[in-house]
Amino acid sequence: MSKGRIILNERQFALTLQRICEQLIERYGSFEDTCIVGIQDRGAIFSDRMVTLLKERGIDAFDYGKLDISFHRDDYRKRDRPIAPSQTEIDFIIEEKHVLLVDDVLYTGRSVHAAMSALQQFGRPARIDLLSLVDRRFNRHFPIRADFIGLTADAIDEAYVKVEWSHIDGKDQIKLFSKKESS
Amino acid sequence: MSETHLSTRHLLGIKYINEADIQLIFQTADEFKDVINRPIKKVPSLRDVTIANLFFENSTRTKISFELAEKRLSADVVNFSASSSSVKKGETLLDTVNNVLSMKVDIIVIRHPTPGTPIYLSRRVEANIINAGDGTHEHPTQALLDAYSIRNKYTDVAGKKVVIVGDIKHSRVALSNIFCLQKLGAKVKVCGPPTLIPKHIESLGVGVEYDIDKALAWCDVANVLRIQLERQDVKYIPSLREYALFYGINRERLSKLDKEITIMHPGPINRGIELNSDVADSEHSIILQQVENGVAIRMAVLYLLAGRR
Repeated sequence: MSKGRIILNERQFALTLQRICEQLIERYGSFEDTCIVGIQDRGAIFSDRMVTLLKERGIDAFDYGKLDISFHRDDYRKRDRPIAPSQTEIDFIIEEKHVLLVDDVLYTGRSVHAAMSALQQFGRPARIDLLSLVDRRFNRHFPIRADFIGLTADAIDEAYVKVEWSHIDGKDQIKLFSKKESS
Repeated sequence: MSETHLSTRHLLGIKYINEADIQLIFQTADEFKDVINRPIKKVPSLRDVTIANLFFENSTRTKISFELAEKRLSADVVNFSASSSSVKKGETLLDTVNNVLSMKVDIIVIRHPTPGTPIYLSRRVEANIINAGDGTHEHPTQALLDAYSIRNKYTDVAGKKVVIVGDIKHSRVALSNIFCLQKLGAKVKVCGPPTLIPKHIESLGVGVEYDIDKALAWCDVANVLRIQLERQDVKYIPSLREYALFYGINRERLSKLDKEITIMHPGPINRGIELNSDVADSEHSIILQQVENGVAIRMAVLYLLAGRR
């Protein structure tokens, strides 16, 4: 069983998060009329971390929520089993707000597509931007791109990219596996 | 994102599912309850799924609840009721269902006066079958929503004492409730006139109490059933007035207790017979929560069954 190759180590990982944080501040300023929405489950771990980093810099004017997209996915009934839903924690309306959608890996674009459909339940946003920690740019099924990217990973379709988090997996790092089963 | 599944591809009765299935349905229903309390109450999960609601017996709230659940999941819905169909012209059940299925239906929700009809169908047709009540046998979604309502009120069903009051003999709700509550670790008693308590019901592991005041003093939750006059071929009770006197739950009975208990009723209520208005509309009653939870539970069941390839 393959152990996976590290494509972003702990030190680079910390630098990347800091860089994204500065880019967000550059783009959104004080974050007024902005909300951050993490896609459950792994995207929300990333958004939790980004929110902590922003708050450490004294920025907390944004609304923050987590979005479950299980009921909006287009691969329901294409899988052997349904996906277990997670909780949606959005207690605000996104009407006319700037939404920063956060996911860990942007791959086919289907999750983001489902998330945009799910977001419509909370109003009509002024704009949706996408932050993805990893962008697998050659594997897209939909015309979707990220506005903020941590790392661009070029990998074949069978490969699997996993973002690991220190409080869950032991270390902050990103790994590339040759096949999904080996994760 | 993890995948999940029920141990069965039909919901024929609580008897045929396990505790893990019930907990999975509850967890999924939690998320759907969240969905139906949003401004936009619809999700697209079942958009390519066709569901036939075959009601061979009258139903108001179960039918509405299922239909609402199906529509909120974006399924295509066809309704069928026996009173306005070819059943009147002598068509057999299997013919009726096969005709419906040749219109490419994925899920059948069926209510039928004959016990075992959903099981019979599940062995003969391809679609997923959901039992919406089969005679005096089972009514699984009602039991799930009852147990779910208890769980939401007390955070857990395990260890709770539940008494089911009334016409146990003719009640599919009672049987499904007994199975469901026991699988979740609750203690169950039944209470009613001896003529309406089935013989040997103790063999299911439930207690029997003929005195309503003792039963209420014992329980945390009383699930009060309707007297089903339409299923009684002979007289089981001398009069409704006498039943109301001995078994009707009113504020006076509740005020004699040294604790607060929760009152449930699967509906429709015969006000003034099994339940007085001063109890049905009081803060002890979670009857309307049961109705709301019914939609979430049915959405969860449909989502979990339809999601299997």
